Amino acid sequence: MTSLPLLSLAIWVPILAGILVLFTGDDKHASTARWIALLGSLVAFAVTIPLYTGFNFADGGFQFQEGFSWIPTFNIHYHLGADGIAVPLILLTSFTTILVVIAAWEVIQKRVAQYMAAFLIMSGLMIGVFSALDAILYYVFWEAMLIPMFLVIGVWGGPNRVYATIKFFLYTLLGSLLMLVAFIYLFYQTNSFEIVDYYRLPMTLKVQVLVFLAFFMAFAVKIPMWPVHTWLPDAHVEAPTGGSVVLAAIALKLGGYSFLRFAMPIAPDAAHYLSGFMIALSLIAVVYIAFVALVQQDMKKLIAYSSISHMGFVTLGFFLFNSIGLEGSIVQMISHGFISSAMFLSVGVLYDRMHSRQIADYGGVVNTMPKFAAFAVLFAMANAGLPGTSGFVGEFMVILGALQKNFWFAFLASTTLILGAAYTLWMVKRVFFGEIANSHVAELVDLNKRELLILSTLAILVIGFGVYPQPITEMTHATVAQFLDHMAHTKIPAGL
Amino acid sequence: MNGLQTDLIAALPELFVLSMAMFILLADLFLKPSNRIVIFLLTQITLLGAAFITISTHNPSVSYAFSGMFVDDSFADVMKLMIYLSTSLFLVYTRAYITLRGMFRGEFYALVLFAMAGMMVMVSGQHFLTLYMGLELLSLCLYALVALDSDNARATEAAMKYFVLGALASGMLLYGMSMMYGATGSLNISEVASALLNGSQDKPVLVLGTVFIVAGLAFKLGAVPFQMWVPDVYEGSPTAITLFIGSVTKLAAFAFVIRILAQGLYVLAIDWHGMLMIMAVLSIIIGNITAIAQTNLKRMLAYSTISHVGFLLFGLMSASMNGYISSMFYIVSYVLMTLAGFGMILLLSRKGFEAEQLDDLKGLNQRSPWFAFMMLITMFSMAGVPPTLGFYAKFAVLQAALQAGFLWLVVFAVLMAVIGAFYYLRIVKLMYFDEPIDHTPINNPPEMNMLLSVNALALLALGIMPQRLMDICAYAIAHSLQ
Repeated sequence: MTSLPLLSLAIWVPILAGILVLFTGDDKHASTARWIALLGSLVAFAVTIPLYTGFNFADGGFQFQEGFSWIPTFNIHYHLGADGIAVPLILLTSFTTILVVIAAWEVIQKRVAQYMAAFLIMSGLMIGVFSALDAILYYVFWEAMLIPMFLVIGVWGGPNRVYATIKFFLYTLLGSLLMLVAFIYLFYQTNSFEIVDYYRLPMTLKVQVLVFLAFFMAFAVKIPMWPVHTWLPDAHVEAPTGGSVVLAAIALKLGGYSFLRFAMPIAPDAAHYLSGFMIALSLIAVVYIAFVALVQQDMKKLIAYSSISHMGFVTLGFFLFNSIGLEGSIVQMISHGFISSAMFLSVGVLYDRMHSRQIADYGGVVNTMPKFAAFAVLFAMANAGLPGTSGFVGEFMVILGALQKNFWFAFLASTTLILGAAYTLWMVKRVFFGEIANSHVAELVDLNKRELLILSTLAILVIGFGVYPQPITEMTHATVAQFLDHMAHTKIPAGL
Repeated sequence: MNGLQTDLIAALPELFVLSMAMFILLADLFLKPSNRIVIFLLTQITLLGAAFITISTHNPSVSYAFSGMFVDDSFADVMKLMIYLSTSLFLVYTRAYITLRGMFRGEFYALVLFAMAGMMVMVSGQHFLTLYMGLELLSLCLYALVALDSDNARATEAAMKYFVLGALASGMLLYGMSMMYGATGSLNISEVASALLNGSQDKPVLVLGTVFIVAGLAFKLGAVPFQMWVPDVYEGSPTAITLFIGSVTKLAAFAFVIRILAQGLYVLAIDWHGMLMIMAVLSIIIGNITAIAQTNLKRMLAYSTISHVGFLLFGLMSASMNGYISSMFYIVSYVLMTLAGFGMILLLSRKGFEAEQLDDLKGLNQRSPWFAFMMLITMFSMAGVPPTLGFYAKFAVLQAALQAGFLWLVVFAVLMAVIGAFYYLRIVKLMYFDEPIDHTPINNPPEMNMLLSVNALALLALGIMPQRLMDICAYAIAHSLQ
């Protein structure tokens, strides 16, 4: 084990790289900005690798801990640590940032330095969310992350970007502020902002339900769960490709992760008490949103709804309270990170050439872009949950978990295998196959080296984790066991 | 003789500022207009000297002067230092602006120093009359400052409004004070407090007195329902003066409230905290919702001030040590944010052009990415988004209110904060997402550019490391209030 503050490095390297990129100034030095950003993201990824290699798989608690007193007045600490759930997500974050930087290489021509800097800083902040063990530290990262995302959507987004980005910001802020109230409340119960202290705090069911609901508001918006999902399609459609990738691959995971870090272990009895409600919302997301996806005309919107539907699986797995369901959820989160990145990048490839995301504008793309079509079909299959891709593993595990609990949960959840296939493959059919639809499609040029590099990396990961998901499950196993053990004990004080 | 000496030492900063103000008024007569920069420098030296005196005579104990009418304690010292600092920034930000508008005169600086002396008396007053004298000294200077540009009809109208309503508020305050005198037999804050502790007074008189005092204070702070003057005066005054009214004087108003409510009438907290609660809630609602509809930046910031005052009252209404410390932290943060916010308007203004419409900020990121970023920090700080100082300010007052048991009010306040975030975001939207309509280069004295940047970056730096500032506020309050 090294004594390097690995988590601090993982947070601050990208942030400092981002600030450095900002100093390259205007677009005259765009290429310098790009190279510094690439270098920064590679270094930032490199410093997160020891988190995997140095991870103790038998330990379900927090590892790589570091900390010092930050604001003694309120007993706030700069306390970091990561467990088996956080580390895969941290790796996912630092990896995705590289993809985003490369994906923007020629595409972004306007205010390049600011774009790259926003993504690097955001990456550091999101890793901060995944590794903070102090509630206020966590909250600072969680909120601060909104600022770069707000700018990314607003500056480089589509025509309706202002509406989308303000909606995104306000929706998220509303939820988070209620969470802040819950934190302050818990502070006055424990005189501490340490998350671990909250785990041990006994509370009556009524209080637990209120605390849980405050957290629920914050995280349900972020994941997003039905019915507070409406910001996501707007944000996705208007965001530039990189923004969509980060939103889908990582930002949504912040919500999922936070359920496991805060809402459930702090209020376990409320989590059990409300599990029927949560499962119902999850299943509505899985089934209803899948139908909504079916009728979309806009490719990005379709993928956005597909994301919501897949995140419904994640929350479903959380509230089954069995290990296979929970591990399935975590695998699903990681896998969705790859698949949704790939899908959005694929749409980006088309959009850069045609400047349209409407399915109706395409048709027969396979004739002009055969290599690209091969990738697109692979990712679509993965999105639909084809066995052998990572999309299958998570969904299958969650369905198995649901089956242990209730046949009908599993039944409803499995409809997604059909519906997911329906909306994804139908889109692929309309975009890629058939006759060449118009002269624009006829002029399309196949993937360049840069695009090929990104998409093939993702393809390898999607198939790799589909065949061999052990690296993720091994890592999460001990943490999940400990988590479920914690959840199984009531926190209601005796006599109440 | 010895008694007089202690009296004079306690009031040394005030005496120094007053003498310098008179000296500047005289010196101005002998200066050619081209050399007027000397006046500016002299004023800055005065501030520096006053800060030096305040720091060197500082000690943690409380010393009374002039038969207990005047107090020199840690709270007063810290607040005075904040007043010097913010006045100094204010003078730097406004120099170019007032020069271009023909207000760069000796009177301007003398009036500012007199106003500052008034504020210092408000901060150190330990007697209703001392406090009132300080307040009037400040107010009269402010009326004159607002109307200083006498050809400006809007400013004259604003000054008129400010004067009439200000006089009314002072009247209410005096009336309340006289009732307190009637009930307790004293005008001295400490004596009033100890008389109230005995609790033999006529309750209705006390309550009525409290109502009038709170109404007067609320007027000075600009809390709803006494907020009517705020948007008009903010909009009508020359931006330089708006900056002064919106930032520095709020420090004095806050100290004034602390002296009267927390020190004098703390026994009656049960009566006034309900009033503050209602005003806090109303201020947050009206401030935030009305701000959305504004197209004038100064007016928008005026409503934003009202909602900030609401949050400030959240800290005060807790009527606890924690609450006072939190609200002091809030007001200091607020002043730093306001200085940066109005500083930016001054930065974008030029001869014959007031950058006071929201649209004037359009595309600032393309005209000057650096200052757009500074404004971005300021706006997010005002909205209370971490990692900026504004977040800790809101955090501090909300935790104080929650500690006092106002859970649902806190939930309400955070919901309103989301509405508030909207209009700050709109400014960021204008700066970053829109194309500029005005391409004039931004040209200002280098010292202004530098200090404004430091000011805005301080919001970020203090947001990352807020502990020092919290310590200072805790120190000031803990060593001064029982």
